[in-house]
Amino acid sequence: MPEQLVFAMEVTLNGLMTGVMYALVALGFVLIFKASGIFNYAQGVMALFAAMTLVGIQQGRVPFAHVINEIFGTDIHYFGWEVPALLAILLTVIVMIAFAYLVQRFVFKHLVGQEPIILFMATIGLAYFLEGVSDLMWGSEIRNLDVGLPQGINDWIDVTTFEALGYGFFIDNLDIAATLIAAILVMGLIAYSQYTKNGRAMRAVADDHQAALSVGISLNYVWVLVWSLAGIVALVAGIMWGSKSGVQFSLSLIALKALPVLMLGGFTSIPGAIIGGLIIGVGEALFEFAIGPMIGGATENWFAYVLALVFLVFRPQGLFGEKIIERV
Amino acid sequence: MFYREAGDFKTTYAADNQTFPILFDRYRYYFVLFVGVAIIPFIINDYWANSILIPFLIYAIAAIGLNILTGYCGQVSLGTGGFMAVGAYTSYKLMTAFPGLDMISITLLSGAMTAMVGVAFGLPSLRIKGFYLAVATLAAQFFLIWLFNKVPWFYNYSASGQISAPERDFFYFINIPVTGPNAESWAKYLFCFLFVFVLAWVARNLTRGSVGRQWMAIRDMDIAAEIIGVNPLKAKLTAFAASSFYVGIAGALLFTVYLGAVEVGEAYGITKSFLVLFMIIIGGLGSIFGSFAGAAFMVILPVVLRNILTGTMGWDSALATHFEFVIVGALIMFFLIVEPHGLARLWALVKEKLRLWPFPH
Repeated sequence: MPEQLVFAMEVTLNGLMTGVMYALVALGFVLIFKASGIFNYAQGVMALFAAMTLVGIQQGRVPFAHVINEIFGTDIHYFGWEVPALLAILLTVIVMIAFAYLVQRFVFKHLVGQEPIILFMATIGLAYFLEGVSDLMWGSEIRNLDVGLPQGINDWIDVTTFEALGYGFFIDNLDIAATLIAAILVMGLIAYSQYTKNGRAMRAVADDHQAALSVGISLNYVWVLVWSLAGIVALVAGIMWGSKSGVQFSLSLIALKALPVLMLGGFTSIPGAIIGGLIIGVGEALFEFAIGPMIGGATENWFAYVLALVFLVFRPQGLFGEKIIERV
Repeated sequence: MFYREAGDFKTTYAADNQTFPILFDRYRYYFVLFVGVAIIPFIINDYWANSILIPFLIYAIAAIGLNILTGYCGQVSLGTGGFMAVGAYTSYKLMTAFPGLDMISITLLSGAMTAMVGVAFGLPSLRIKGFYLAVATLAAQFFLIWLFNKVPWFYNYSASGQISAPERDFFYFINIPVTGPNAESWAKYLFCFLFVFVLAWVARNLTRGSVGRQWMAIRDMDIAAEIIGVNPLKAKLTAFAASSFYVGIAGALLFTVYLGAVEVGEAYGITKSFLVLFMIIIGGLGSIFGSFAGAAFMVILPVVLRNILTGTMGWDSALATHFEFVIVGALIMFFLIVEPHGLARLWALVKEKLRLWPFPH
């Protein structure tokens, strides 16, 4: 087999794994957009905040330590205990649910019925706010996140592909774990929205707000629910990206990587988010591999957007989005 | 008591349609112009010019530009930073390639170049609408920044990848430098003021003329607009062209007059797009006054906050920066909840109240 083709296969595989990560972030967007029509730009910052909170709880850091020290002149940083990973994740989930409640109670409850662009702007404001809060609470240094996920090259794939093709593929164990967890999460979400009472309520609200309201579904409750679910998805995404490259500010920028995924897949479709993520992941990896060196590299910053743009010109609602019907 | 139309008789159509129908407003407008031209240049110092006045004027141009596209024509754009970079790099290439050229021509040409790029990126708007378009404009943002980073021709093969503005004059017979290290702050200020005045005047008259009415028809409902005979291709592309022209001029001024030296990812990144978008949302969509109010708010707020937090309360500057994020974010949400139509609406309400004052019943 020609060498280039083998490389391309490895790149494709890695692209697929990255695509899963993108899909994970995009999923949070879709959940909120379907249920409330809010295009939640803060999803990336939520992932950052969740990961920061997880690390903070795990290491027993004192929240707002910097602020307290600055104001009262004290010098406290740690409680002096360490929380096991599982318990810390559980506590972070509680924090994210509380966050969902507060966001709904203090911001979006007052913005019901506003134009989508206003809601979108509000989420940008929320992103700024949450970023500041996250920095104030836990500091802005890079943190290592370790919840016991496997790391490093997968030896089995390396050896097998070496024997079969004469070249060992480099695939990170973490990426495989992320793919599995993402798959489980997506199946869990689909099962939740199909087979539970809350899930049914969510789908009803996504279909038609007023009809849902008229059969006695509390919009407020459903919205808190979807924001909590989005918070949990953000936590999972934060754990994955955080274990890969440390918890830092750049984590919040994964929201920008998820946007073309959404465009491609359609804002309202969960399968769309996943397939869009895979297409973008593979597409940008292959483009960087094949064309990148010729035009200076670092194309992954914009390639996804241009791909989605070209795609959208032919199909304006994305791959799986609801058909846009316009009436006068 | 003074603020009313009573007694101010309009005898011509032109008088009836003027921008400031109330006498008091007209005087206020002339007063602001007088202060801007005849008083501020004499008392200006470097601190005020660099931290408030010049950025305010430049961002006001950018905000008017984005407001034409988003507020009047209804096409949400997140590519403002990228288009500003086009203006900046065009002016840089012109300044270095034609040393004899004056700054007014350079700035106008940069605007024209940006308008062309804007039209190219505006083409998909005919198919793509709403949020899909907003995200699509991000393609322009990331692609343009990448382009200016990766193609050495744009930054004249300099080792650092930065561009810096050489010294150039105001106009070809006014030999006062407005760029470079020797430019005085009053000259820079007047240069920006001139652009703001002319561009705001043009924008106001564009938006109430036939082009502006077409934009607003497209914004309110594009299919209905098409049925009554508005050509969506023409309306949308003219909006993209006009908007990019303004944004390009703002980007050029930001680089040549204000910053002097620029690293493209830092100065024209996605945060700049959001900053200008915040300005028009807080100021008010579809309002020229709102663009000014929003620009003033977003320029002054960080300065005030920093002065209070680090100056008065003596906080650590990193901590103050984080706190600034919290406050800016919270204020944006607060504004959207209390007055989604922005400062321009608040101002209109005040004016309505004033007309009846002091006898409201």
